[in-house]
Amino acid sequence: MKLAVSIAAVAALASVPLWLRDPYLLNALITTGIFVIGAMSLNLLLGFTGQLSLGHIAFFGIGAYVSALTSLGFDIGLPGGFRIVHEPWPPLAGFALAVLVAALCGYLVGRLSFRVRGAYFVIVTISFAEVVRLVALNWVELTQGPLALTSIPPMQVGWPGLGEFVFRTKLHNYYLVLGTAALCYLLIARLVDSQFGRAMRALMENETLAVSIGIDVTRTLSIAAMVSAGIAGAAGSLYAHYMKIIDPEVFAFINTVTMVIMVITGGKGSLAGPVVGGLIFGLMPVALRPVMAPEAQWIAYGGILIAILFLMPRGIVPALARHFPRPNPAAPEAFANRDAKESA
Amino acid sequence: MAEAALRVDKVAMHFGGLVAISDMTFVVGEGEIVSLIGPNGAGKTTAFNVVTGFLTPTHGEVSYRGQVLTGLKPQQIASLGLVRTFQRTSVFPNDTVYQNVVIGLHRRGKATLLSSILGLPGARQSEAASRREAVQLIEWIGLGRRAHDLAGSLSYGEQRLVGVAVALAAEPSMLLLDEPVSGMNASETHTFVQLIRKLRDRGITILLVEHDMPMVMSVSDRIVVLNYGRIIAEGPPDAIRNDPAVIEAYLGQGVKHA
Repeated sequence: MKLAVSIAAVAALASVPLWLRDPYLLNALITTGIFVIGAMSLNLLLGFTGQLSLGHIAFFGIGAYVSALTSLGFDIGLPGGFRIVHEPWPPLAGFALAVLVAALCGYLVGRLSFRVRGAYFVIVTISFAEVVRLVALNWVELTQGPLALTSIPPMQVGWPGLGEFVFRTKLHNYYLVLGTAALCYLLIARLVDSQFGRAMRALMENETLAVSIGIDVTRTLSIAAMVSAGIAGAAGSLYAHYMKIIDPEVFAFINTVTMVIMVITGGKGSLAGPVVGGLIFGLMPVALRPVMAPEAQWIAYGGILIAILFLMPRGIVPALARHFPRPNPAAPEAFANRDAKESA
Repeated sequence: MAEAALRVDKVAMHFGGLVAISDMTFVVGEGEIVSLIGPNGAGKTTAFNVVTGFLTPTHGEVSYRGQVLTGLKPQQIASLGLVRTFQRTSVFPNDTVYQNVVIGLHRRGKATLLSSILGLPGARQSEAASRREAVQLIEWIGLGRRAHDLAGSLSYGEQRLVGVAVALAAEPSMLLLDEPVSGMNASETHTFVQLIRKLRDRGITILLVEHDMPMVMSVSDRIVVLNYGRIIAEGPPDAIRNDPAVIEAYLGQGVKHA
């Protein structure tokens, strides 16, 4: 049932370019899709461990810069007369490195701050994002600073000699983003449903009890932060190779806020939440533009946000799910049936 | 007495100037049911927290089956098979009883993170095994009727049972129960006493903190009495019942024959 809905949703989204020819709208869908991936990664932390990362865009931006620099190459001098010269690598290697470096950063930030959690984690993540932004702004030799990294090559798969495919057009990128988003969704769904996912939920619900039955807090939360940051890094890599230009503005706080809005309105702790919230708030500016002045658009944006939170405080998806209650077999014979079914 | 499972050796616990436990030494043998009793504030729950790693003792040492526990984190102590329940109800309230027990099985899960994500057969088998064990455990403890209700929605007594089921899911060789029957009515208490005996028959050593004296007297092999952070008496129920120091601690001076 759930699987059928997911397949139908992916199929519907895959059919969009067949009837929607407007490149402007397709562009909006691609950037929205990239941000939906970011929001899904944020939801893994916020919705399933209860930890709010208010610097989540740092992992996205790190992914973008790592991927761009890997595929562009660089030549920098270090103190002591060392030079590091990196020849351009294929964009796919950039993607892989983006995921790894972002994941490593996520693990370290988690490891450092999860001993104290809560507000401390929020502060550490904000500070981390600001430090990374300042590095991107000021290490001009590596990042070009405010001049931006330009001419980033499009994403490309394949192996030299065996055939290659370059994601040049918007159509290509649309399917690239859709495919990546579907994979990330599946990954998060599997993770949340596993023994590890139960440990995360247990820590959020009752940490003392979770610890008393042998769940390792720091390890569980650090791994969650690592996976979350890695997925955000993947989104950042897609962003860099699609936009072909990135500057330190990618680390702007408003980008994190946008992701948080997507997660909260869609429903934190629900797998489909960030997708629904992300599509609504990613596409809203596009929908409002033809009918309103720019100033009014932001007022409408805020108004809709408040209305959603007022009417559906736990988010859109949980509110809708209430109208489709799952069967709740409480009778003992149902429990026995369930036993038989599950061990089959 | 059987071979010692838990050894508490000259343990003291100070909170700043407050001495919660001044000098405590006792042993729990394998397969024994030992109760720790004493008036309010005697240091019973503190003793529990020291044994299970939620507090680090100021002096002294706790060891379980020969392994020193000082410095270990609660989850590491749980992995040694020493599992506790809590004084207040402690369940995962937004999960069903069934899900609570599956979470409790955490320590037994064999699936690695990667194999769960990839959906490998090993991970699926481990998941299926967990589900079967959870169902068995819930039936065994008598919560089958409640399996798909949210744990937070159950009655007080039932939530205590869920707490014990979660602890049992962690496969303890020794279980520490902190006031398990407080707030239970007489028939619930009676059922719980039988449950404790069944646990011992499964080979689980039990350390109990409890205020309900008839219950303690009927279930314990031995009783350790604490007052003001010190052990004032130790022995089988009959000896404790007639011990003058215990009577004085509970009823005050001047009453010689309670």
